[in-house]
Amino acid sequence: MSAPTLTSTRPDPSAPGAALTQRRSRPGDLAFRLAMQACLVVAFGVLTGLLTWVLIKGWNRLDSRLWTEMPTGLTSRLDGAGVQSALVGTLWIISLVAVICLPIGILSAIYLEEYADNTRWYNRLLELNIQNLAGVPSIIFGILGLGIIARALGFGFTITTAAIVLSLLVLPVVIIATREAIRAVPQSIRQASYALGATKWQTVSRQVLPSAVPGIATGSILALSRAIGEAAPLIVLGAVTFITFNPNGLDSAYTALPIQIFTFITRPQAEFTELAAGAIVLLLAIVLAMNSIAIFVRNRFEKRW
Amino acid sequence: MVTVTSEQLHRPNHESEVTPVNQPGTASRPAVSISAANTTDTAGHQPTSTVPVMELDGVSVFYGDYEAVRDTAMPIQEKQITAMIGPSGCGKSTILRALNRMNDLIPGARVAGSVTYHGQDLYAKDVDPIEVRRRIGMVFQKPNPFPKSIYDNVAYGPRVTGMKVDNMDDLVEKALRDAALWDEVKDKLKSSGLSLSGGQQQRLCIARTIAVRPEIILMDEPCSALDPIATAKIEDLMFELASDYTIVIVTHNMQQAARVSHYTAFFTAEVDEKQERHGRLVEFSQTGKLFTNPADKRTEDYITGRFG
Repeated sequence: MSAPTLTSTRPDPSAPGAALTQRRSRPGDLAFRLAMQACLVVAFGVLTGLLTWVLIKGWNRLDSRLWTEMPTGLTSRLDGAGVQSALVGTLWIISLVAVICLPIGILSAIYLEEYADNTRWYNRLLELNIQNLAGVPSIIFGILGLGIIARALGFGFTITTAAIVLSLLVLPVVIIATREAIRAVPQSIRQASYALGATKWQTVSRQVLPSAVPGIATGSILALSRAIGEAAPLIVLGAVTFITFNPNGLDSAYTALPIQIFTFITRPQAEFTELAAGAIVLLLAIVLAMNSIAIFVRNRFEKRW
Repeated sequence: MVTVTSEQLHRPNHESEVTPVNQPGTASRPAVSISAANTTDTAGHQPTSTVPVMELDGVSVFYGDYEAVRDTAMPIQEKQITAMIGPSGCGKSTILRALNRMNDLIPGARVAGSVTYHGQDLYAKDVDPIEVRRRIGMVFQKPNPFPKSIYDNVAYGPRVTGMKVDNMDDLVEKALRDAALWDEVKDKLKSSGLSLSGGQQQRLCIARTIAVRPEIILMDEPCSALDPIATAKIEDLMFELASDYTIVIVTHNMQQAARVSHYTAFFTAEVDEKQERHGRLVEFSQTGKLFTNPADKRTEDYITGRFG
């Protein structure tokens, strides 16, 4: 009895060498490959198109005026205008968001991953809700913030309110990313630690967290990048269309780059659109810088097992 | 011999009395023999001690409702190597993990019966599993060094357990020497434990374990991921360590059990009337006797290669 042949569809099975030579591409393979490449071109093309358009549009405004000058509402003053107050507002907000949401998010994730008993209904309910929260539209968070944080709790239309609401918005993202990072730490590391007589907290703080830092940092920075670009919740939270002073404290009035951009764009004059394009490039630069840091941290501290 | 007072195992702020647990044995017990060795034995080492540091009596381990191992009774003799052998799924690793409460980390795992350590019930309510594991260390199947330097791997245990250490460098060197690894790593103590070969990693894990000076070392198939040369090194090391430590080793490898151990416990998997599979201790005796003159037919079948 002969062995089953794998070369029945190929030419001349009697020649052993010929049987291994490559057949012409299979049509199914080719079609799928082309479809994938087309998708890539669409995705990448749109992105490059937008970036190029914004760069061209805002080219004339890409200079130091952007961050040294205050915004204006008057066409006559546009030449000496920038977006400094919005930039400073954005930096204020994002720093506060980091301070508020990273500790809460990371500690929640540690609890859910390392301490919570998954067989308990309340822990499963918590988990389900965190997943759901990640999908809630940001304007809903804005309205919630308006009702509860700005009004009921009396924080008003301040930087603090904006930071709290944006923190709530990205909290699920931080929690989910941190949990993934913690889960990626092999169980054998925990067991080794326990077997040496380490306590749970020692195991978590000395083994699990250091190993999870790259993942946690990456997820956190990406979450902050998302918060930076949010405009919707800020619109209802009293971010003003433009202010000509920098925020100077937690209870200060403020504006932020996305809001400022939105305000400029709604003006009919071409000069405002130009300034908006400049501000968009600035915002993109900040986001790109943060993402680069995330990639750097991941590569630098990545652990291999 | 290390004397352990009753308080030592207990949570520091929890005063209590230890009630010695002495459960009466049930009817069908495996053949447990620690009588004098047969002088014609070729396998195993002559026991030099018959002082039990641990005793298992009627020990069953459950995962949820499933009884993984049923009714195990055996002693662990001081400064001897006790091997646990048997086919896959016979519960030998489960029993091993019951000896230092590593099963606590598995959700739903539960131990019934009594496991005593110097006469104290390890599963008494007021016993702190952290304290238990400080005295009863463990080496795992797959080498699992921490992603830290070799030095920090060894120093981790003394640091987390708050051991009083005069000179950590000396302690690390001693542990590495005792694990027969010092000469290979003394020039690269700062490099990652993961940069070592598999056999070296496993010896690092042993060094890490003995750095906290446990009384008992549990080894869960410590050589199954290693090549024969690395295996031989670990086996030599076990001999060396047996003069200071009590060792319990789970192994798939009968020859290994025959080579290194003083006592051997043979486990097998049985299917009961409810069609549930569970592990059972078949026979426990001196290694020489178990391999040359087994009391149970199933042991004989296993060691002669008729099954498993």
